[in-house]
Parts: sequence; structure tokens; C-alpha cells
Amino acid sequence: MSKVPADLKYTKTHEWLRTLPDGTIEVGITDHAQHALGDLVFVEVPEAGRAVKAGEPCAVVESVKAASDVYSPVTGEVTAGNPKLASEPEVVNTDAYGGGWLMRVRPVAGGPAAELLTAAEYEKLQHEEGD
Amino acid sequence: MAFIPHTPADVEAMLAAIGVPSIEALFDEIPASLRVKSLAGIPDELNEMEIGRLMSERARLDGRPLCFIGAGAYEHHIPAAVWAITTRGEFYSAYTPYQAEASQGTLQLIYEYQTMIASLTGMQVSNASVYDGASAVAEASLMAVRANRKSKSQRILVPTTVHPHYRKVAVAAAGNQGLRFEEIPYSPGEGVIAPTSLARYEGEDITALVIQQPNFFGRLEDVDALTDWAHARGIMVIAVVNPTSLALLKPPGSWGSKGVDIAVGDGQPLGVPMSSGGPYFGFMTTRMEYVRQMPGRIVGRTVDLNGREGFTLTLQAREQHIRRAKATSNICTNQGLLMTAATIYMSLMGAEGLERTAAASHARTRELLTALTRLKGVRPAFQGPVFHESVVLLDRPVAPVLKSLASRGILGGLDLSEYYPELGHALLVCATETKTAADIEKYAAALGEVMQAARAA
Repeated sequence: MSKVPADLKYTKTHEWLRTLPDGTIEVGITDHAQHALGDLVFVEVPEAGRAVKAGEPCAVVESVKAASDVYSPVTGEVTAGNPKLASEPEVVNTDAYGGGWLMRVRPVAGGPAAELLTAAEYEKLQHEEGD
Repeated sequence: MAFIPHTPADVEAMLAAIGVPSIEALFDEIPASLRVKSLAGIPDELNEMEIGRLMSERARLDGRPLCFIGAGAYEHHIPAAVWAITTRGEFYSAYTPYQAEASQGTLQLIYEYQTMIASLTGMQVSNASVYDGASAVAEASLMAVRANRKSKSQRILVPTTVHPHYRKVAVAAAGNQGLRFEEIPYSPGEGVIAPTSLARYEGEDITALVIQQPNFFGRLEDVDALTDWAHARGIMVIAVVNPTSLALLKPPGSWGSKGVDIAVGDGQPLGVPMSSGGPYFGFMTTRMEYVRQMPGRIVGRTVDLNGREGFTLTLQAREQHIRRAKATSNICTNQGLLMTAATIYMSLMGAEGLERTAAASHARTRELLTALTRLKGVRPAFQGPVFHESVVLLDRPVAPVLKSLASRGILGGLDLSEYYPELGHALLVCATETKTAADIEKYAAALGEVMQAARAA
């Protein structure tokens, strides 16, 4: 059973969100997602300043098995892409909810957002997908 | 056994399943005006005996003209061993090497090819080849748009000294994907990019600059200054190079203070016969930092579970069978057979053989230019160094002159009036190591006679 921290929000497409004290949103992929992908060999994160829309592909995670897009859960402006992942993509595997964050986004106030799930709802989704 | 796997009943069943009345109806979306009803001059069918006879009749029409045309395809001597080895069944009939366990020979050959091309261009990584030089320029432009993340404009500067066909193909292949190709004029007396023409782009958002070396006129561009100018402004540099010339000229990996970002070209000079225009192959190289933006296949060397060396396709997540619509290109194949010939050509020639070929081609071209410009009514179009090609100006229209030469078994060069009307009666000529002093003398004498006859008429 993969980890699903209770203090985070989740998307149906297996991203997690953490609201930081300054109001920006940190985004990563869930433990379930990294486990399904296998060992990551490359991560492409967006550059600061890029405008992203909710539901739009904004990052790429590539493992030994597959390459997948990561979708932005919110509409806003990227304030940072995780610079560490260019040389250490494996951090997403080892620390999906911490050092493996992909990007930070300053959301547009009142802007559209993807449908967000609580930890309990995301755990249920994993069960349905046969974790 | 029939080679058509579906019986009429199978076809009926499939059409019924998707609710389409006939196979023809599947093509409904193609407008009638674009459909070809019949191909003029192509008979419906010929049996083996008939086609054999037709082809041997056609073959008898082939001549062996003395060729002084270059312009992107070059007649070089190809050692007999190159195609004797290339056409071995193991290479000739092998299909795509996805199954590493069944394709070690092919994979290793591609790996060696990549190593040789990377070493020739001075770049860090090569793919397994693309269709041809023109499509390589289009792919390189698309790649630059992906790789240059600081530029948003998708503007690609393409000097008119880049091969006219390459420019046309780039626009056709990438123009509808939002890329804008903007032409830069050349310096009239010199036939190279005018540094002053770049000043107007100062402070603008430009994605990439394409530089062909030697350029279409055979002239040598100031590649160091151009590369540094672009890099100082966040503009990526795409080099288009002739592989033979790299045995003598500075490789694109060393242009300017940090080398170019992408280097491409047509590989035809490396063991591929001219064959009426193709098929050829294109090569494509880049820096390691951009490897994931490079389209096409890449073969890597690795070890198996027991630590033994092996070869396999790698970085495939850039390709369309994995990334679908997000792939780096919709052409993720390679020009396998021609690349095989090139690898064998390079390994037989070696660095020394390639250098001698390049030096001999350069020397023959200088002799040709001396012989031609000595004639009345012929003068050089540009001042400055060339590799194995150059432009001369005639005092009369080029086309009739070329026609007269052709009737004497000489292909005298490419008439540039269609591509560069501003140059007047311009003729692009080329001599490689295949031309002897007697060949050059024969051409000069024939041109002299043809010009004199034209003046007298």
C-alpha cells in the first residue's frame, strides 16, 4: 500500500498539491504514481514564469518503463521548477512528497482548478484502480 | 499461398463491423480534386518477362556523362567493398531493430555509425540518421524550438546561402507548426552571410540561426563569428555541413567559443551513389544536454545481466511509439541501409582516406575554376575561399550552354537563374576527386567551344 499523507490534496491523474505558507501551491506526483512508473530516469519541469492552465501538461516524468505527462492541477504562474531533478530524478521515487516536488505555482485567484480529492478519496481511487 | 491475408469475406466482415459500405468509402475525406484517377503512362500490370524487357530497354538509355554538378549531391568514388558488404542479407533485409536479442549486429553497426558521425562533427551525440539533409534541417528547427526554452518566438533565421531545397522543405515540414523561417540575404560580392544583415535582429527574440558550411555557393562562412553572435543573444545555432568537408574544415562542435547546438547534413557523400536524387540519408547530432529533444532513434551500449557488452535502442521515450502525439517527431525511423553503407564507407576510408578525398576534391575544384575563368565570357561570381564548389558567371544565359554541353556528354553544373535570379547568368560547378586533369581540360575546352559558337551565331 502506498503512502497517502492526510494533509495533502490529490487529483485523479495522480498529482498531489501542498499549499505553502506564501500561498503558492507545490505539485508533485503521488507515491502510487512513482511506484507504478518504476525507476525514473528523467524529469522535465517547467521554467519559472510559465503560465499553466488547470489540466494542461506541465511536466514530463520518464521511467525505464514509460514516459508520462504531469498535469497542472491549477491555473496560474510557475514560480519554480525543482532544479534538483535534472540530475537526480530518482528523488521522485525516494521522496515523492518531499524533495521530489516538481513545481510551485502561484494560482490565479478564483481561477479554474482540477477536481481535487482528499487523502481518503484518493486512497479510495487507488483501491478502485487495483493498487 | 496468397500474400493477401484477407479474403473478400474477411473484408466484408470488417467493413460491416465499422459500418462502411466499401474500402473506397474509407478515403471519402480526401477531396475528389486531389484524387488521382489513373496514372498516365503507367500500365496496369506487366508480368516479369515484360517488366524485365522494359527495364533493360530503359537501362540502355542510361549514359555516363562527365558530371560537374554538385549542389547537394556529390559524385565520389565508392570502394566496391561498400555495397558488396551493405547488400549482404544480414544488412539488406533486416527490419527495424526493436528486438535487441535478435539485432545485435545491426545495433552495433548503428552505434559505430553514431560514434563516427559524432566524431566527424565534433558533437557529443548523434542519432541513427534521418531521411535526408533537407528533412534534417526541418527536424533541427523543430528541435531548436523545443530546446531553446528561453525563446518564445519560434523564429528561425535562414540565410539564403542555405540550399534552396532545404529551405523549401523546412517551410513545408515545419511552417504549419508555427515556425517562422526568415531569410537573411548574402553579401553580393562575396556570397556569404553579410554580418551587417544580422544587426537588424539585435534585441529581438530569435529561436535559432541556421548556418550552412560550405554554403550552397561552395563558399566558407565566418562560422566562428556567426556562432558567437547568436549565442551571445540566446539564439541556438544549427549547422548544416557537408561530411566530406569536415575532414578539412573545423567541425561544428568547435565553431565559435562553445560550438553549435545542433549539426545536421546530408550523408550522401559518404558512400551513397547519386541515384537520380535519392534515396540519401540525413545525419543529426547535438549536445548531450539536448539529447531528449533530438528526434529519431539512438542506439546505446550497455551490459547484460552477466556483464557482457550489448547494444540496444535507448532514450525511446522521445519516440512516437511511446510518447504518441508528444513525440519529438512523427518520423522516428532511420535510413538504415544507406547509413549502413556510410558506416562501411567511413570505416574503409578512415580519417586519412576521407581527408585525402576532401583535399583532392578541393584541389580539383581549384583547377576547374582556373581553367573555366580563363575562358572568354566566364568570370568568378564571388571572391574568397571555397571547398569543392563555386559559382561562375557567364556572359550569356546558362541553360542553352548547358544543353550544348549535355549533347557532348558533359553535365556542366547547375543553372542558378531559377534560384538566384539576381546573380544573372550564374552557374554552380563542382569537381570531386573523381575528376582527372583530362576531364577538367575536356570540360573547359567544350565550354570554350560552346561559348564561341554561341557568340558567332
